[in-house]
Amino acid sequence: MNPLHLLTRYFRASLSAQAQYPGTTVLMTVGAFAVNFIEIFGIAALFSRFGQVRGWSFGEVALFYGLVSISFGISDFLSRGFDVLGTEFIRTGNFDRVLLRPRSLALQLIGYDFRLRTMGRVLQGLLIVAIATQTLHFHWTLAAVGLAAWTVAGGVALFFGLLVLQGTLSFWTVEGLEVANVLTYGGVQAAQFPLSLYAPWFRGFLTFVVPLACVAYFPVVALLGRHDPLGAPDWFLPLSPIFGVIFLAVSFWAWGFGVRRYTSTGS
Amino acid sequence: MNALRPYLATFSARFQLMLQYRAAALAGFATQCWWGGIKVMIYAAFFGAAGAAAHAPISLSQTITYTWLAQGFLSLNPWTGDPDVAAKVRTGAVGYDRLRPVDAYGWWYVNAAAWMTARAAPRSAMMFALTGIIFPIVGLGAWAWAPPAGVAAALLFSLSMILVVLLSSAIVMLINICVAATLTDRGVNNLVAPVAILLTGNLIPLPLFPDWARTALFIQPFAGVVDIPFRIYFGQLTGTMALAGVGLQVFWILVLGGLGRLWLGRVMDRLQVQGG
Amino acid sequence: MPQILVEGLAKTYRVAEREPGAWGAVTGLFHRRWRTIEALKGVGFSMERGELVGLIGPNGAGKSTTIKILSGILRPSAGRCEVDGLVPWLQRVQHVARIGVVFGQRTQLWWDLPVIEGFDLLAAIYRVPPAQYRATRDQMVGLMRLEKLLDQPVRQLSLGQRMRCEIAAAMLHDPSILFLDEPTIGLDAPSKLAVRDFVSTLNRERGVTVILTTHDMHDIEALARRVIVIGNGTILADSPYEALRAGVLAERRLCVDFAEDAPVIDIPGVEERARDGRALELAFDPAIIAAPTLIARITADHAVEDIHVDEPAIEEVITRFYQLHGAEEA
Repeated sequence: MNPLHLLTRYFRASLSAQAQYPGTTVLMTVGAFAVNFIEIFGIAALFSRFGQVRGWSFGEVALFYGLVSISFGISDFLSRGFDVLGTEFIRTGNFDRVLLRPRSLALQLIGYDFRLRTMGRVLQGLLIVAIATQTLHFHWTLAAVGLAAWTVAGGVALFFGLLVLQGTLSFWTVEGLEVANVLTYGGVQAAQFPLSLYAPWFRGFLTFVVPLACVAYFPVVALLGRHDPLGAPDWFLPLSPIFGVIFLAVSFWAWGFGVRRYTSTGS
Repeated sequence: MNALRPYLATFSARFQLMLQYRAAALAGFATQCWWGGIKVMIYAAFFGAAGAAAHAPISLSQTITYTWLAQGFLSLNPWTGDPDVAAKVRTGAVGYDRLRPVDAYGWWYVNAAAWMTARAAPRSAMMFALTGIIFPIVGLGAWAWAPPAGVAAALLFSLSMILVVLLSSAIVMLINICVAATLTDRGVNNLVAPVAILLTGNLIPLPLFPDWARTALFIQPFAGVVDIPFRIYFGQLTGTMALAGVGLQVFWILVLGGLGRLWLGRVMDRLQVQGG
Repeated sequence: MPQILVEGLAKTYRVAEREPGAWGAVTGLFHRRWRTIEALKGVGFSMERGELVGLIGPNGAGKSTTIKILSGILRPSAGRCEVDGLVPWLQRVQHVARIGVVFGQRTQLWWDLPVIEGFDLLAAIYRVPPAQYRATRDQMVGLMRLEKLLDQPVRQLSLGQRMRCEIAAAMLHDPSILFLDEPTIGLDAPSKLAVRDFVSTLNRERGVTVILTTHDMHDIEALARRVIVIGNGTILADSPYEALRAGVLAERRLCVDFAEDAPVIDIPGVEERARDGRALELAFDPAIIAAPTLIARITADHAVEDIHVDEPAIEEVITRFYQLHGAEEA
């Protein structure tokens, strides 16, 4: 039975479990949609008052925001097991059970829980991309769709990598891990606006430390057919999402150390 | 005094319990710094465009102060019900609260107030230390949490912040009761949070919304949790308008508190009938 | 060639001591004081295929460390361990595919899923061929009488029902070794009997090797022909239960109901244990005075209404054993 087959089994089990609480699932999905969608009211209000921001229009910012939301929503759908590793697996000792099964640990953690409510954020992202398309009169060529999909793929990899790192940290401590929200939820927040609005040190952080700019700002600038006002070369822009994938690879490399620590201390 | 003893005792017990979660406080503070920092940079970019500032009813420096205040006092926002109440409802332990010789509404209300203030106290202090004191010292004065507009503003702000706790607790109580009535916290928490974030002024300061919405945003209850006290603080709301703001806070405390008391009575009667 | 071979197994932990709270977490990043804990100090034993062994010892003695190493979720600091020719912590995936583990305090089933769907998912995880899975599942369902439970979500089961499902779940991939960690904890009497009966059947009829840890000595009495006692990180005893009992507490008990108030009995080799009105409990060493002799002497001197010989309760035997070896819980 190949990994993909097992994931579909896990997925069906998750659906079946969530079907036990249909009302809750619907409400959570609506809530996830609403709590993220209201952001666009804030952005729209600022643009209606100020007109533009450093040469960027409402539609362009909406495109940044929509795509990064889709990326995060998909990653959230896949990474629940890593997100709650500290509280649901390590503190309770249930990680032993994961080790007792003859499958890769990552596969089991991905399969732990596919929450439908995360689709609320994906829907919200899609709707905001639709709003952006409308505002900008954007024409979705095949190349544009391809670039957007590649951007989202890089974004999913990056956010997934952040959750893997959070999970890795929980092998050492489960206290205060909420701080990882700074990089996940806060990352979405930061990536929804163009990089050029930020202070230089923060741009550096978003490019070289946690390369959020590589899965939102740079490729979307290419998607919009613009040149980067910060001076990144045009050829780099559509390639940049690869850094999300590299980030994920590095995260799994660190993950190996965490697992090794767990199996040599048992706690 | 003796009549109030159980409420004071539960307030202080819950307050001290919440203060123990220091790792959570530090993590929350870090998150709020990040959030505030991004917002402040974004506002500066919007305000920075030539002549744009003229269109805004509040200045950039006021917007920045508003942002740090909002982040520092974030825990006073009524986004969700009290998690303790939700846990009691889930486990069925809500019946034990009926065994206590206290007023059920007052008991939960005091708990909600303690839950919120104990989380807000250390975070707002840290936020002020960083953005109100350290920022000006290290030359980031333009990005700082500015001092209040004057002595009168400071005094009225203090009064208004006490009303924030009372008003926010009254809103949290309505959420709690909804949790008790529906037997789950999932639904209502998810529906209230977006509304609260939008209408308190946490998303963006309420004065930055389009001018036609100004009056409606001012008189709705959530304005009393963030917008009214903060605008009093930096002197954008003065004189009659400031008093009107405080008056609105009191009005909503009475209305929502009264509504909550009535509703809780009915929900508790039903829970008893069901044997829940 | 034994199925399980353990030699000189040692495990030391370095535990960082830090101040409590968030500030402690911060200072802990810069300097740490370490404390070394020796959980195992050279444990060795071997087991043949099809054996059923009880692993007992006080809390903190090293039982669960041993189980964790054997099941491949913990690396030892030193020593050798092979199970079916595999080193558990090095060949984790191959090893765990051949073992079944039940933790009495935790569930491996999915809380919100009906039992049967959890079984299906486990079969997928363990890559059990469909035909074999159906056969094993039906057999387990029959043995444990789970027919009526299969469609219920796990959260609705009683503890006893859940434990029956747990053991069945651990057997779905037809493991050759079963680790049972306190499988009867918290169960009511009928459920305990059902679990013991099931374990005994699996061991006898399917030849499954079983390692059982428990604090309920009646589990040991009912199931284990061989007992390994662990204390302070070493093996204190490895013998049949009867030998353990004889070595520790050879004494037997005589319970007498007299016709009037119980008299004082003064016979060499006999001690008074308890007295309540007309009832008297005596302890005697059969090597010094045989039971018939003792009974004859008492009935000769006193009017007796009832009399019977007893053995000390197994809890008493074990407690005495721990005391003798200084292995009580710290």
